[in-house]
Amino acid sequence: MPRRMSSEGFFWTLFSAGGVVAALLIPVHLFLFGLAFPLGWIDPPSHAKIAGLIAHPLTRLYLFVLCSLPLFHWAHRFRYTLYDGLQIKHLNEVIFFLCYGGAIAGTAIAAYLLWNIG
Amino acid sequence: MVEKLEAEEKAYTLYHPRWFRPRVSTYWWLGRWPYLKFILRELSSIFVAWTVVLMLLAIASVERGPQAWAHFLAFMRNPLMVAINVIGFLFVVFHTVTWFNLTPHAMVVRVRGKRVPGLMLSGPNYVLWIAISAVVAWLLMR
Amino acid sequence: MAETVVLQITRYSPERDAEPQFESFEVPFHKEWVVLDALNYIKDRIDGSLSYRWSCRMGICGSCGMMVNGEPKLTCATFLSSYAAKRKPIVVEPLRYFPVIRDLVTEMTDFMVKLRKVKPWLIRKEPPPAQGEFLQTPEQLDVYKQFSMCINCTLCYAACPVYGLDPVFVGPAAIALAQRYNLDSRDQGADDRLSILAHPEGVWGCTFVGECTRVCPKHVDPAGAIQQYKLVTALEWFKSYLWPRGTGKNSEASGAD
Repeated sequence: MPRRMSSEGFFWTLFSAGGVVAALLIPVHLFLFGLAFPLGWIDPPSHAKIAGLIAHPLTRLYLFVLCSLPLFHWAHRFRYTLYDGLQIKHLNEVIFFLCYGGAIAGTAIAAYLLWNIG
Repeated sequence: MVEKLEAEEKAYTLYHPRWFRPRVSTYWWLGRWPYLKFILRELSSIFVAWTVVLMLLAIASVERGPQAWAHFLAFMRNPLMVAINVIGFLFVVFHTVTWFNLTPHAMVVRVRGKRVPGLMLSGPNYVLWIAISAVVAWLLMR
Repeated sequence: MAETVVLQITRYSPERDAEPQFESFEVPFHKEWVVLDALNYIKDRIDGSLSYRWSCRMGICGSCGMMVNGEPKLTCATFLSSYAAKRKPIVVEPLRYFPVIRDLVTEMTDFMVKLRKVKPWLIRKEPPPAQGEFLQTPEQLDVYKQFSMCINCTLCYAACPVYGLDPVFVGPAAIALAQRYNLDSRDQGADDRLSILAHPEGVWGCTFVGECTRVCPKHVDPAGAIQQYKLVTALEWFKSYLWPRGTGKNSEASGAD
């Protein structure tokens, strides 16, 4: 007897897309902004230069994708880690809303920050 | 109601023997190295999320002006932040490597009826990763 | 003096024990012996009450699956010589994550029920060819052949932590076999299986740990099958919203009806 298809397919697609973006882009950003620039291994860009880069609409689009999809990747993966690692599947709804709520909040913050430039 | 003899009650439920069903421990993932590797891979997603937070902080600081940008860089020089970012970097690279190594399992590509070997699917991903990282770094360093 | 090796084997008799105990047996070491040979030696010469399943002794029936030093293995394909160098007892336990009936014998009905649920047979909506048999090219065979090698030994279930934590999960072998039929050019039942598997206890329970693929003695790669199935299922979900009334072909059981 066919049941309505679960919407997990949608969240898994977000997770996969986020995973690809995270795999390709996240390491270099963490390296540059978390280590190389602060510690001076590479000269950090001057404020004028980086502000100029961010002002460009393509950069803003790039940054929006960078700051939203990986969050949904985290949300899905962390949700399942809590289910399997801590065996708290009975807290299903709470975990679901905390994880995806966090991802949506991050995306909203990114949108707000990137929209307000210039 | 069926009457149960004492011996039966201990060993046999009605019509079949008492199975032994061990409960899986909360620490099942510590028991074997492949399981631990799996959990570490899953935990890497936390550092992926941390990088996004870091980028949002960076963007916000750039928007607020040169002093805020300098302050962000100084904040990241804090030893605790450095430790988190070093560990985080190892984890996010672990995510990248495991992600690319698993891609050939999930996506089967067939050319002229023959299956493309896994290395030819993950290889280009690595090349793309290095290339994109180089472009991003170059754009910021130029 | 002939070399010997010690096996530490789980013993559990529901009439006698509240929980399993280990019992040690010393067995002569032969270079060409497998763990199953050692078990047979014990049953023949030392303790006839040792209970375990085995049949073909050549890695094709799938009966002799057990945990050997914590790894799910076919005991007919696991050589004593792989372990003898360590000079420690070889620990033999029943397959993990299944209820234990007695000694090394597990209760496998759960797997059988799930296997039947995914309909691992050719489903036809149209009648078969009037004359002769279905024709299939070698390329069409190659698409699903790897998944058809499954011998139902359930080593993958013993390796899958998701199955251990949530026995409702359909499990690696069942999904791999469903995919084997979905990919078969002769089959038209992909929708029927989709409506069974496109749920949290079906394909979505899997978190791609990958242990199932690592322990499979027949290199079936069930983890790969599951990820491929997830992609198909996700696409079907999108399709069910974009084309609610189905695309016209093979659309009997699409979800949004």
